[in-house]
Amino acid sequence: MKIDLGDVAALARGCAVLGTGGGGDVRTGALAARRAIEEYGAVPLVRPADLAGDALVVPLSGIGAPTVSHEMIHGEDEPRRIAEEVERVFGRPPDAVMSSEIGGANGVAPVAWAAQLGLPLLDADGMGRAFPEVQMVSMYVAGLPADLVIMADVAGNVVTIRPVDGLWSERLARAVCVAAGSHALMADYVLTAERARGALIEGTVSRALAIGRSTDAAPDPLRALREELGAARLISGKLTDVERRTTGGFVRGTATIEGTGGDRGRRLTLELQNENLVAVEDGRVRAMVPDLITVVDTETAAAIQTEALRYGQRVTVLAWPCGPLWRTPKGLETAGPRAFGYDLDYTPVEELTT
Amino acid sequence: MTEGALRVGVDVGGTNTDAVVLDAADRVVAKAKRPTTPDVTEGLRAALDAVLAEVGTAAGRVTRVMLGTTHATNAVLERRNLGRVAVLRLGAPATTSVPPLSGWPADLRRAVSAGEAVLPGGHYVDGREIGPLDRDAIRRFLDGVTADAVAVTGVFSPADGGHERAVAELVGREYGLPVSLSHEIGSLGLLERENATVLNAALYGVAAHVTEALVTALAERGLAARPYLAQNDGTLMTVEHAARLPVATIGSGPANSLRGAAFLSGVADAIVADVGGTSTDLGVLAGGFPRESAAAVEIGGVLTNFRMPDILAIALGGGSVVREHGVGPDSVGYRITEEALVFGGATVTMTDAAVAAGRTPPGAAGWDGAPAADDLTRDLMRAAVSRADAMVADAVDRMALGRGDRPLVAVGGGAFLLAPQIPGVSGVVRPDHAEVANAVGAAIALASGRVDTILPAGESRSKAIERAKEEAAARAVAAGADAAQVEIVDLAEVPLSYLAEPAVRVHVKAAGPLAR
Repeated sequence: MKIDLGDVAALARGCAVLGTGGGGDVRTGALAARRAIEEYGAVPLVRPADLAGDALVVPLSGIGAPTVSHEMIHGEDEPRRIAEEVERVFGRPPDAVMSSEIGGANGVAPVAWAAQLGLPLLDADGMGRAFPEVQMVSMYVAGLPADLVIMADVAGNVVTIRPVDGLWSERLARAVCVAAGSHALMADYVLTAERARGALIEGTVSRALAIGRSTDAAPDPLRALREELGAARLISGKLTDVERRTTGGFVRGTATIEGTGGDRGRRLTLELQNENLVAVEDGRVRAMVPDLITVVDTETAAAIQTEALRYGQRVTVLAWPCGPLWRTPKGLETAGPRAFGYDLDYTPVEELTT
Repeated sequence: MTEGALRVGVDVGGTNTDAVVLDAADRVVAKAKRPTTPDVTEGLRAALDAVLAEVGTAAGRVTRVMLGTTHATNAVLERRNLGRVAVLRLGAPATTSVPPLSGWPADLRRAVSAGEAVLPGGHYVDGREIGPLDRDAIRRFLDGVTADAVAVTGVFSPADGGHERAVAELVGREYGLPVSLSHEIGSLGLLERENATVLNAALYGVAAHVTEALVTALAERGLAARPYLAQNDGTLMTVEHAARLPVATIGSGPANSLRGAAFLSGVADAIVADVGGTSTDLGVLAGGFPRESAAAVEIGGVLTNFRMPDILAIALGGGSVVREHGVGPDSVGYRITEEALVFGGATVTMTDAAVAAGRTPPGAAGWDGAPAADDLTRDLMRAAVSRADAMVADAVDRMALGRGDRPLVAVGGGAFLLAPQIPGVSGVVRPDHAEVANAVGAAIALASGRVDTILPAGESRSKAIERAKEEAAARAVAAGADAAQVEIVDLAEVPLSYLAEPAVRVHVKAAGPLAR
């Protein structure tokens, strides 16, 4: 299977849904993907099982401030410089590109990076959604050593970091990113296909494509999307309050949705930190991270990012289960509610919504 | 007729060209509506002649004429009379993954682009240069294209426009072409700002045509009045300024109607509903100015970050067709005087439903009394009025941001169809001359200037903000404002995340009455 020009829009829509409110705007990434496919051709999509055991997979993602990445867009050379550095370190060129984070901009932009490098894209990622921090990836949860981070900036600088663990990789990568003008391309956990097995969330690129396509020409886009996701509908209503503040480099806030129609009289509050993290109704939690919570336009079923939430929007909140890796003790320690500062014991969304 | 200077406001809309004359005490002393003509000029002359005839010999006292027009918008939508633009971006090696004009509709790109280049230049978020300007590379690019104008967009130019200005100087001196600079046009968000800058450069010819039509019409009538153009934030610019920033006239229609509504009603904070034949536009007045949209705005299929009034349009107007399932979205439009029941036609329209419900236009002779209708039609009309009221209430709720203490000002030819009481507002205000609110809005507009930039959040913050205020005021004066009366009317700060040094994004707007 290949990702061609006609797939980019659907992929971008699906990545926006999986972004759970964060992960950055998919539009610039979609433009870059289209441009790269036009110039270098369609991008083959491969499964980890399709690759030889020693094949090198490079997970890529943009890192930095959204305001900056929207202004100082990636250059075309950054993926090539990372690939060259991978070859220098490992003694052989990479065999496939992977999205570190399928949710949001970093889900669709890897199509451009793979096309530019003439490499296939792996049908997998390290999150199955969007998370804000570098160590919040499945490879970290699977216990792979976070001993190599390669970053390329727009000026042509390449920085290779050998951190002692995932938390240091977050800290050092963040510092390099700021020095590079608050925007860089990053590879971490460069891994062989063999080591990747069991350490990735598989099938997420084709999942994003299917999610994006599910609403195409659907008479009831919301129902089509719910069925595709296997999601519970937490509430349909009107956004009545959005409150945001910037603390510790992240936007935190809450959004309140008052039910309308059959949900009249109900009220759902979403806790946000770039992504939608916890949904609460009448003091009762209805869904929590790492399960996925997305706000969509009730009419079109298009995902709405947290920074685009506005009073008066008619929205539906959907929630569905995360990949099993995130429900292991290490997964919950890394990206469960307590990793985001909520004093909550994780309960799967299936138990909270039935 | 009163003594003193008069001024004329003209609004060239899609269907009608409206004109008003205001006296020195800001009273409406003449008004007229004429059909808009394809080349603008004829409709403009007709509306102008109609109001000038009404004021008679006092026409000689007209000192200013303000024009609001959708001509630039239509030129983009119809890909008509657009100039060919050499598109230059300063930012390489950054930004090359998405070249200029990516995502443009193919036909618009063909009509507009004379060639595109991404060359060294531009800045990082912290002010360092990404690369020095390469003047020879710029010359090689321009030598290879045939263009009517040049559009220049530098990375982070809203924070530092130096590179863009240097290119403008080079192009003006060596090529004699007009140049459109992104930091004068849009805010942060490279692709959207670049798109607006390119559209601006493509509109130079269209702007010259409209300006010429206005200047010629004034000269033909022996008027020594100074001409101005209205822009999308409800303020004015001189024709010289408009010649450089034609894209700023896009969106002036809704802005004028909001400003006109504020002026005619005397209410500075309100929801405004402009009810036309096919649709109703709702906007919000804050301090007498239109609330601006936070989202990117699409013009002719191109995404821009141009700041436009936040407008919610719903498919409800005087000509909306009434059927079993509800109202509209189709409308009989300008054929309403033949097709509506109240005019002896056979189509049940929203106008008929409103009149049947006892809502009639002020002073409309022969409109009192419900249209002749059978029981079924009467039921349909009753249902349509309920449906329309629900649509308006819903739209008001969306625009009101939870505040129910503001009134609704009803303007436009179809304002009579709105209910006497609307949920979510403190009352419904129906000012005199509401049907020509757009032209009044143009006539009373101020001149403005704005700055959108990134500043350090530390100790130097307050000094930097003072400088930004001064720059905005200077830009307002350049747009025609009286230097002695310019005020800062809008100041917004947004903290930025993930930066080495704390920084804020600052937006400043200054406005003031026109200089004598």
